[in-house]
Amino acid sequence: MLRIEDLYAGTQGQDILKGIDLEIKPGEVHAIMGPNGSGKSTLSQVLAGNEAYDVTSGTVTYQGRDLLELGADERALAGIFLAFQYPVEIPGFSNEKFLRTAVNAQRRHRGEPELDAFDFAQLAKDKMALMELDPDLLNRSLNVGFSGGEKKRNECFQMALLEPSLAILDETDSGLDIDALRIVSRGVNALRRPDRSVLLITHYQRLLEYIVPDYVHVLADGRIVRSGGKELAAELEQTGYGWLEDMTAGEVAQ
Amino acid sequence: MSDEKKMLQELSDQEYKWGFVTDVDADTVPPGLNEDVIRFISHKKNEPDWLLAFRLKAYAHFLTLTPPRWQKVQYAEPDLQAISYYSAPKQKEKPKSIDEIDPEILATYEKLGIPLMEQKRLEGVAVDAVFDSVSVATTHQKKLADMGVLFMSFSEAVESHPELVRRYLGKVVPHTDNFYAALNSAVFTDGSFVYIPKGLKCPLELSTYFRINAANTGQFERTLIVADEGAYVSYLEGCTAPQRDENQLHAAVVELYVHDDAEIKYSTVQNWYPGDKDGKGGIYNFVTKRGLCAGDRSKISWTQVETGSAVTWKYPSCVLKGDDSIGEFYSVALTNNLQQADTGTKMVHLGRNTRSTIISKGISAGRGDQTYRGLVKMGKNAVNARNFTQCDSMLLGDKCGAHTMPYIESRNSTARIEHEATTTKIGEDQIFYCNQRGISTEDAVSLIVGGFCREVFQELPLEFAVEAQKLLSVSLEGSVG
Repeated sequence: MLRIEDLYAGTQGQDILKGIDLEIKPGEVHAIMGPNGSGKSTLSQVLAGNEAYDVTSGTVTYQGRDLLELGADERALAGIFLAFQYPVEIPGFSNEKFLRTAVNAQRRHRGEPELDAFDFAQLAKDKMALMELDPDLLNRSLNVGFSGGEKKRNECFQMALLEPSLAILDETDSGLDIDALRIVSRGVNALRRPDRSVLLITHYQRLLEYIVPDYVHVLADGRIVRSGGKELAAELEQTGYGWLEDMTAGEVAQ
Repeated sequence: MSDEKKMLQELSDQEYKWGFVTDVDADTVPPGLNEDVIRFISHKKNEPDWLLAFRLKAYAHFLTLTPPRWQKVQYAEPDLQAISYYSAPKQKEKPKSIDEIDPEILATYEKLGIPLMEQKRLEGVAVDAVFDSVSVATTHQKKLADMGVLFMSFSEAVESHPELVRRYLGKVVPHTDNFYAALNSAVFTDGSFVYIPKGLKCPLELSTYFRINAANTGQFERTLIVADEGAYVSYLEGCTAPQRDENQLHAAVVELYVHDDAEIKYSTVQNWYPGDKDGKGGIYNFVTKRGLCAGDRSKISWTQVETGSAVTWKYPSCVLKGDDSIGEFYSVALTNNLQQADTGTKMVHLGRNTRSTIISKGISAGRGDQTYRGLVKMGKNAVNARNFTQCDSMLLGDKCGAHTMPYIESRNSTARIEHEATTTKIGEDQIFYCNQRGISTEDAVSLIVGGFCREVFQELPLEFAVEAQKLLSVSLEGSVG
């Protein structure tokens, strides 16, 4: 599905990612954990194609294609979805219009007929119910005046509509109460299929109790310093991230 | 170069697709402005003496005026002596039917999407087509006449209904109003005249389509719309011009006169040639538009979508004289490349319980610069008068400008005035968010701008709302901030 090799990337001439290697196979759920400033969000933005970040070296292959060659919209059409840590507000642009345009862009790309407002309303209704979202949110301006929890659930609602091959969730759990976390997790779990992969980016282990990952990676200072199974998350919960500093210091000493 | 920068570049290179020139023989007077030219125009149009006197009085007053300089626009003053004040496509006689019109002209309108031929006419819309200085065709005339609606070229109205023209001409915009209104009153050539009789709700949309074709001419049209007691009409004005290197002047006057319980809805989709990306050429659009709510419970609604012209300078206004009368102004103005616009409205509340609403949406891209300038004035008798104003500006890129200059004067303590203003920018984060959902940058910009303008577009007649949305997308293609 996705293979990242020796990836260096950053912004304003400063590398934040310093040699990432990661492979995600179809059907797998990977979690990336790490302290603030370790480069977790940068990784998600680079994979989604945000032009504010520059890739200085390394390769990213997605479904056999060179991902870095594709623009952000092409990546989205190829099945990459990013649930934003901070969903963007667009006044005057209704949530419904935004989502219908996005769904139809995907359908057009796949050569399927576009959905009209009625078909879309039907589709949206079911998916909104899954996310326990108030249907009125569809008619409001995109993310404007949404509560923190509504924004995050709206991201997952979008994901459910677009059915991506690779879903990247950037700290979707931050700021969620336990009920919202449960709803969001249910949305992600409903998406799991042998041909779909998920990359969870999180600071806390809590989310991983609901969405159980196949692999957990620890990111520190732009590199993956440890990888393991789901038990690694529990271990991190015990030890915190303090040990990373000792480890990085140890490496330097060598 | 990032995608956004590339797109900005592409935008600048974009061409004006209505910029073609039609090859027709025309009667054109030599350039120059003097009494003889005015007498020539009046003679050419077989005008009665009172109208010539009106023109000459306006001209005499015009000579005492100097061009206004208070607007926030910069341009080279047009040389009024270098303009030809009359240009008419050569025709033997006034065409009696559409079949007699020069096929080149018909083809021009066809190309602009305004079919004049009987079988292709727009359903539910009657069109008056003005080519340079004269009206060349008016569709659906018989149907309108049967209802008692007068919809014809101004010249025709002067001939067939001189008493009506004389009664209303200059009553809303007197010849002394301003420099360009005085000029227009002296040299106007043609335009549209509409009269809706008492109690009639006109079932057809009436539309005038202005086309400047000849070089070195100005267009000085005069539009006069009268809605008698209880009448209603929806009127739409559209305009384009060929692409030329020199600036051309368009100085129109539009007067609306509304009696008791009557309503005029006036919509404009203005798409004059804006000049090239370096600011060369383009139309100077210096227009005086004003409506008088003379009667009680009368209503005037202006809706304008301004995407063209090198320099725009206009303030469609309402004088709310009748008690309980209503004035509305909905505007979308777009300035791109080096376009400049100083536009807004005036709401003058004279009567009791008068209400006005102003919704102005300004979009600046490229190096465009625009100013919203609006006056809300509450007279001493405007008891319980209310105004609500909302001015929103959107910036695309970092080289454009948006300014808001509201003027508020109130002489009545019971009057209520509200003013809201916002400025937004289409951010790269918004574009990226849309891209990430598979929406292209072009579509994202067009949708975000469309959302921004929604309150205004929903005021336009449906088919024109679609047109306006498309026009805006084309004018903005590729421009991202």
